[in-house]
Amino acid sequence: MDQMHTPLVELKNISIAFGGIRAVDDASIDLHSGEVVALLGHNGAGKSTLIKILSGAYKRDAGTILVNGEEVPIANPRDAKKYGIETIYQTLALADNVDAAANLFLGRELRTAWGTLDDVAMEAEARKVMGRLNPRFQRFKEPVSKLSGGQRQSVAIARAILFNARILIMDEPTAALGPQETAQVGELVKQLKADGIGIFLISHDIHDVFDLADRVCVMKNGQVVGTARTQDVTKDEVLGMIILGKCPPGAIVGPGAMNLS
Amino acid sequence: MTQVTTGKPVAQEAQEFVDRARASETGPVGRFLQATELDTRMLGMIGALLVIWIGFDLLSGGLFLTPRNLWNLSVQSSSVAVMATGMVLVIVTRNIDLSVGSVLGVCGMIMGVTQAILLPRYAGWSLGDPSIWVIALAAGLLVGLAIGALQGFLIAYLGIPAFIVTLGGLLVWRGAAWWVTSGQTVAPMDATFRLMGGGPEGSIGATWSWVVGIVACVAVVLMLVNGRNQRKRFRFPLRPVWAETLVGAVACILILAAVWVANSYPWPAGTVRKYAEANNIILPDGGLFIAHGIAVPVLMAIAAGIIMTFITTRTRFGRYVFAIGGNPEAAELAGINTRWVTMKIFMVMGFLAAISAAISTARLNASTNAQGTLDELLVIAAAVIGGTSLSGGVGTVAGAMLGAMLMQSLQSGMVLLGVDTPLQNIVVGIVLVLAVWLDTLYRRRMQ
Repeated sequence: MDQMHTPLVELKNISIAFGGIRAVDDASIDLHSGEVVALLGHNGAGKSTLIKILSGAYKRDAGTILVNGEEVPIANPRDAKKYGIETIYQTLALADNVDAAANLFLGRELRTAWGTLDDVAMEAEARKVMGRLNPRFQRFKEPVSKLSGGQRQSVAIARAILFNARILIMDEPTAALGPQETAQVGELVKQLKADGIGIFLISHDIHDVFDLADRVCVMKNGQVVGTARTQDVTKDEVLGMIILGKCPPGAIVGPGAMNLS
Repeated sequence: MTQVTTGKPVAQEAQEFVDRARASETGPVGRFLQATELDTRMLGMIGALLVIWIGFDLLSGGLFLTPRNLWNLSVQSSSVAVMATGMVLVIVTRNIDLSVGSVLGVCGMIMGVTQAILLPRYAGWSLGDPSIWVIALAAGLLVGLAIGALQGFLIAYLGIPAFIVTLGGLLVWRGAAWWVTSGQTVAPMDATFRLMGGGPEGSIGATWSWVVGIVACVAVVLMLVNGRNQRKRFRFPLRPVWAETLVGAVACILILAAVWVANSYPWPAGTVRKYAEANNIILPDGGLFIAHGIAVPVLMAIAAGIIMTFITTRTRFGRYVFAIGGNPEAAELAGINTRWVTMKIFMVMGFLAAISAAISTARLNASTNAQGTLDELLVIAAAVIGGTSLSGGVGTVAGAMLGAMLMQSLQSGMVLLGVDTPLQNIVVGIVLVLAVWLDTLYRRRMQ
């Protein structure tokens, strides 16, 4: 990956604290277009929090966010979406009581000339995008609470890719899925990557994402341990980063790395 | 090895199992419901209402299902029905509004004082001046909206639980209603204003009632045709033609039957005599049959129901209300300004309480500081009986209005039977609990 290019998105020196606990402490990370960066770390390492700052769910205490080299003010999810940042949350963040189409277009409803909801057009669009992701999906009239885990996941993914995302954040995208569905998500990641979309993959399980990712970034106790290209490090070395905070020679050392002096 | 070979049959079996399960659902009744796409819950409510009506009719020896009683029932239900349409939105978003009865009280007081005291005294207009009722009504509606906005602001932006804010509101606004006139009752109301309360003058008469009924029927047919065309446009599955025809025909028959009932209730003889004297009509021997027709408050309630149904199902705001009720965090993450939506919901609720205040003030021909006492409980009960789930995310405006009708039917039926007030309360209380229990069972089965 040509590091000389301006990154698609760059998070610089991000910090956030909740009641005295520094959930994210001076973390920096970047992402290029057509690149998959895996963000790894234990539960509670600050991965999801960092990424929620990018998606606008949390307001950072310090740090800057740059999209295409320009600083952008992201204060809420609407701002993030404006810059093409779409997120698939670990919890999926679906409104369980409404149907798939309503969820896909939540906050961005299609409207008729009179300003009313154009449910039929939304359902037609939903059928199109769901047909691509999950051709067997037919339950468009039911609230998503009645769908299976995999179907709910595909609704959440469809929502993220429906609006031409440039930056896609996937928070534990395969945590609730079986092996076959996990493979499907892998295929989808490759396909989106080929379309030039930059993807953050968040996981606490290195095996899920190592083969998909171009780079890994490991976090521990809210700090970045290090960043490395996947071809420069082994899985064991990355495990060492996750568990011990020990940076291998192939990685760029971050502020959270274990002090080996 | 075994895993590899059994993998597929298991999946197939599961598929077949699902298919069989689906096939067993579609008996004749199931197929009928599927074809007509009717809401079984709503059908159940209508069934319950019919059982209550027929039961009371039998017990009272045919006094209940008379045009006169049904007409009165419709007028008595309208004030609670109007507020119930707003309570649906409040409860759907997992909030509650305990203050609506008191808001009704203070808004009614302000409307009364504006038209009976303030405007005559300071603007020099007398009752009957054409602008007096407009200003009085507008003043009350504005106060309702402002109270709703204040409560909504406290709930949405300051994060105080709705239960507490509106419990405080229950006391504050009742006290405020007293304060307006130091507890004195204000009467009489302006004649035009009084039309909103029903009665012989406050009804639109036979001809206009038929016009309203026919317009409603045409609207039903147009909506069915439009829905069908929309589905065709995107090649969605269509309802069978017989099902569309049946739904349309039943709806039209119900509308026209309601108009017929309203038109079968004549003015009382005294009112007819006065009317005849005023218009120089010579009364024939058998008296003159002048029908009430649909009452104005009922029209207002129906309009509120239609507008609120439109808002909840066809607008962004309505979609957001339900999304917030289903998953507040998801709504926030989807970029919805949940606080502003919540505040707007309470503004709508305050406005509707003010409309109900106009109806009940006009009906009483007075504003009293006790007006609307305990209405909040009737309104919440109507919404909940009508299928609004207190855990949020589920509810319909039409259901809540039916719920209001059901509560009123129980009450007026028991009055007809001469049941004591304490026993009435006991029955209403039991019915509320029973209805919610049945609903819980129904939902559990649907899961």
